[in-house]
Amino acid sequence: MTAVETSRRISVEVNGVTYERDVEARRLLIHFIRDDVDLTGSHIGCDTGNCGACSVILDGKLVKSCMLLAVQADGASIRTVEGLAEGGELSPLQQAFHTHHALQCGFCTPGMLISATALLERSPQPTDEEIRKGLQGNICRCTGYWNIIKAVKAASGQEVVE
Amino acid sequence: MLPREVGYARPSTLAEALEVLAATDGARALAGGQTLVNVMKARVASPDALVDLNGLDELKGIELERDGGLEIGPMTTYTEIVESAEARARPVLGEVCAQIADVQVRNRGTVGGNICANDPTNHLPPLLVALGARMTITGSGGERTVDADEFFLGVYMTAVGPDELLTKIAVPPGRRDGFASVTIGRDGTCIVSAAVSLDGGPRVAIGCVDAVPHRATGVEAKLNGNTSIEAARAAAAGLGATLDPPDDIHATADYRRHVAEVVVARAVVQAGARGDRR
Repeated sequence: MTAVETSRRISVEVNGVTYERDVEARRLLIHFIRDDVDLTGSHIGCDTGNCGACSVILDGKLVKSCMLLAVQADGASIRTVEGLAEGGELSPLQQAFHTHHALQCGFCTPGMLISATALLERSPQPTDEEIRKGLQGNICRCTGYWNIIKAVKAASGQEVVE
Repeated sequence: MLPREVGYARPSTLAEALEVLAATDGARALAGGQTLVNVMKARVASPDALVDLNGLDELKGIELERDGGLEIGPMTTYTEIVESAEARARPVLGEVCAQIADVQVRNRGTVGGNICANDPTNHLPPLLVALGARMTITGSGGERTVDADEFFLGVYMTAVGPDELLTKIAVPPGRRDGFASVTIGRDGTCIVSAAVSLDGGPRVAIGCVDAVPHRATGVEAKLNGNTSIEAARAAAAGLGATLDPPDDIHATADYRRHVAEVVVARAVVQAGARGDRR
């Protein structure tokens, strides 16, 4: 019979590096990423699945890592905010966030960047409506949404009206 | 918030999954986890073991039948329904799945999880009742089929027993369907929802007003093929007085009675506007 285990050894690729760790079955993926792998860019905002600060891309799909168990990611490939810049160069999206002041306190920013990255990979020239729908799972409690939408639009090469 | 200690198994076949469920005390099936993991964190649910269904390819996918009906694997995600060419045979399915929560939740959350959780505010229980879906439930003793009308038994309770799994959702052919809701924020939790199907019906089901989807048979009897907004309002008139909805921080019972009539009328107009052409 398939074994029922309270902990197991998992192997997860994060931003191109494979990590093997023993984890409890109850461990959430966000805690694995932040505490076991020590990549603290992904944040825990609400811990209830609402805010999206913990968003990561798991096998090409945008997910909230507080609503998955780490054991469920065994064998998967994950991208976090740390994987966006290449060779110390900000991605065009990160640069656009800087240019358009798309962050205030910055707490939601990692999740916003990851969700917008996933959106632009699905839809390289999104309309304002698509951007809003693409980011609806991410909450900014500074309420700085306008500049975030502008930054995503600019990163996609579309004209932005200031 | 952390879930309490829990066992975990990830079977790769349905037979193995049923075996582990039956052999493990306090085991629960884990589908998309977009409800279950959260309630485990809050310790509202504390299963002793989780049987992860994400490795069961046989429970995924959407098939278009020869007669235009659909067979949906319960582990199909909302995003997969939205993007499925086959699911367009019954357009309301993709439209409603696109209104559930957000991109992240739609990427993980499953059709089967939505209906097996049977939270009264979920979108798919009233929709599948209106569509006249039939659910296949499998246990160690074999398969049985249950009509959507008989599937939902109470808040968080369905006809799926502790050692059983929902293994197929069959949606009959049809096209003239509508779904309308008033939600807490865009694509948020429903305050009241209504699903209407005019093909093979009419069938009208209201969500959020009772422990299980409420079949509005009085409205069904008054629908006469006229789907103008005036006729739809006339058919819905009086529905509210027959309901006993909850009173909570989001809305009063009276507000829900009123909104039920409004969303039914909107769903009827939407269904009628779809025409019956394929």
